[in-house]
Amino acid sequence: MHIAQYTELICFIILGAVIIIGSLGVVLLNNIVYSAFLLGGVFMSIAGLYLLLNASFVAAAQVLVYVGAVNVLIIFAIMLVNKREELSPIKGLKLRRFISGGVCACLLGLLIRVNLTTKWNMPGPASIGEGSTVRIGEHLFTDYLLPFELASVLLLMAMIGAIVLARRDVLNTDEETQEKINQEIIEEKKQPLLIDQSS
Amino acid sequence: MIETSQGLIPLQAYLILASLLFCIGVWGLINSRNAVRVLMSIELMLNAVNINLMAFSSYLDGSLIRGQVFTVFVITVAAAEAAVGLAILLSLYRNRVTVDMESFNLLKW
Repeated sequence: MHIAQYTELICFIILGAVIIIGSLGVVLLNNIVYSAFLLGGVFMSIAGLYLLLNASFVAAAQVLVYVGAVNVLIIFAIMLVNKREELSPIKGLKLRRFISGGVCACLLGLLIRVNLTTKWNMPGPASIGEGSTVRIGEHLFTDYLLPFELASVLLLMAMIGAIVLARRDVLNTDEETQEKINQEIIEEKKQPLLIDQSS
Repeated sequence: MIETSQGLIPLQAYLILASLLFCIGVWGLINSRNAVRVLMSIELMLNAVNINLMAFSSYLDGSLIRGQVFTVFVITVAAAEAAVGLAILLSLYRNRVTVDMESFNLLKW
């Protein structure tokens, strides 16, 4: 029993270190491609943390949805927009980073203080362990049925919305007169629609 | 079978880990100049919240694992958010030919 408990503790420490260092890398590294792959590692470690909490279904969902879908989508987006560009320097960037770092540290202190001073209702009732998958299924089809159906509608809306937003509008014929459109107009370089006001 | 509620890891350890992850996400959200990195920071923050929900569900909720159900819903909404966010990013990139957050200032006053 002691060996099992210590193994659990060591796994938690390793996973926590990977999560924190990986997320710092995601935020701080200059190369966005490294950030994306580190983000995949962070998601995998969080799935390991869920396994430590006896939640195998959510761990599998985390791996499937986050690592398999969201991270791949982010990598695809990086491939589509990865143009090397020199970011124009802006005034007071260091000061801005310093101030926001201070604000985030204050937020962290506040959260940790709330964590440590609250009297949690410990020890709680015994954990259900490996029967959690069955229980999640029961929840989803009884008392959480409406959110479940709404989630499916939300996913459909997000899919259609993403297709509409990311689609390139190229029509072969004019919509009103049904005449062929001169292809050279479509092929020519599009000017940016919005005027750059950053200078 | 390891009984987590009597293990060596206290609930507070999970909560502190989640708050660290959340604060790193907030810092990245504020300070990133690449729009893709902003989306990544949002994912980090959502994951921090998920860790919180899972820890509460395992330690305090017993056999009614409502936290895990909520985590499944949060994962669903996060997937939808990532898809729409990246589509918006693509159409922004098509219009402005940059991903620098400092140049997306059309609504700035």
